[in-house]
Amino acid sequence: MQNFKKSILCFFVLSLFFLLFYSLSFAEVTEVAQQVNSSTNSLPWWFWPLSLFIFTFILGILAVLAGVGGGVLYVPLVSSFFPFHIDFVRGAGLFVALTGALAAGPGLLRQGFADLRLTIPLALIASTCAIVGALVGLKLPSNIVQTLLGITIIFIVIIMATAKKSEFPEVKEPDALSQALHISGIFYDPSIGKEVEWKIHRTPLGLGLFILIGLIAGLFGLGAGWANVPVLNLILGAPIKVAVATSKFLLSITDTSAAWVYLNSGAVIPMMVVPSVIGIMLGSIVGVKILAVTKPKIVRWIVIIVLGFAGLRALLKGLGIWT
Amino acid sequence: MTENKYVKEEQIVYANLLDIGMKIGLAVLIITFVIYLLGLLPNQIPINELPNLWKLNVHDFLEKTGFPTGWGWFKSINKGDYLNYIPIAFLGGLTILCYIRVLPIFIKKKDTAYTILTLLEILILVLAAAGIFKIGH
Repeated sequence: MQNFKKSILCFFVLSLFFLLFYSLSFAEVTEVAQQVNSSTNSLPWWFWPLSLFIFTFILGILAVLAGVGGGVLYVPLVSSFFPFHIDFVRGAGLFVALTGALAAGPGLLRQGFADLRLTIPLALIASTCAIVGALVGLKLPSNIVQTLLGITIIFIVIIMATAKKSEFPEVKEPDALSQALHISGIFYDPSIGKEVEWKIHRTPLGLGLFILIGLIAGLFGLGAGWANVPVLNLILGAPIKVAVATSKFLLSITDTSAAWVYLNSGAVIPMMVVPSVIGIMLGSIVGVKILAVTKPKIVRWIVIIVLGFAGLRALLKGLGIWT
Repeated sequence: MTENKYVKEEQIVYANLLDIGMKIGLAVLIITFVIYLLGLLPNQIPINELPNLWKLNVHDFLEKTGFPTGWGWFKSINKGDYLNYIPIAFLGGLTILCYIRVLPIFIKKKDTAYTILTLLEILILVLAAAGIFKIGH
């Protein structure tokens, strides 16, 4: 069993390095591909969708092990290392995040980890702002989007590396708004074998922050779990399990509105979306199965480093330093 | 899967519809993509042309391919590539269906705040889906 665990761990560390190496190789291939006249492109058409499928399959595994959404890894990595224009990468990224959230939603809602009453007001603000973000994103020149994406990803890396989380935040008195909306709940936490009652506070501040979260989600085609969770957990005071689950479910609504803007604007190519969605879903299933025999903390740090590298690459690409 | 006894009716109803819709959407997504890959239907854009097109920005892509925006693809769903937009649009519309499904529950409960919030969300998502918010070309 020990040997099995070691080999699984080795496999994933190797996968991570493969991902990094793969990304760098793609960067070179991309550069070469860009130099070659389009009509004499020597790579067959299926090379990129197949590569995208393999790439997203690995991303799906890593996302589960690192506890991050696939969307946040997808856009910076694919836009940096694949030949697709960032407009289409953001469109596909939204569908990757959206389908992941739609698939996770039923289980999270039934178990009571995700809460519909908590989600509805936040989703209304985030989804409206995601539309504005998407419209702005599709209007901006791609180098500006790439530069802003790089800065945002580096900021996300800092949040991921430093943000604290609170298992059961203390909420002494729920605020008037959350009381008026009856936002509270009870769920059974198997890790402590008890039922946990929760309520929230600072609702107006939380709602205000979701304006920003929605804008970023739409602008860059990112799932915004990295921002949802700290706001739900640290600002609103939802227990971490409720925060993570509600965040995941919330993406299914926020990303729906932005996804329609990209779809209706012609920025969704099935040859990119379908392999990505299937790849990341299969990867997530495999990731969940092997979660028990790996050390997620190490994987999480390696993913943070890879994401930091992708953010830097996006920033340098946007600034025209590393094209 | 354990169901939480404290979960409210509207949440369970939403989850059940989402579950069925997601499974149908994914199954159709795979089927239409296989039809596309196997070339069972003619395509608007030849597959081997895609590597020259997906590196363009969306404006140039639309100009070069004549690809429709909004729901324009729906008129030509007999084309292999357009066929894929059926499950994509379905997955994009699933949340709207779930909201529509829970709306009568909030109305029945006389939960005015959530009835209004749900109606507003449906309105926003329907407008987005209808193509009111898009970058025109």
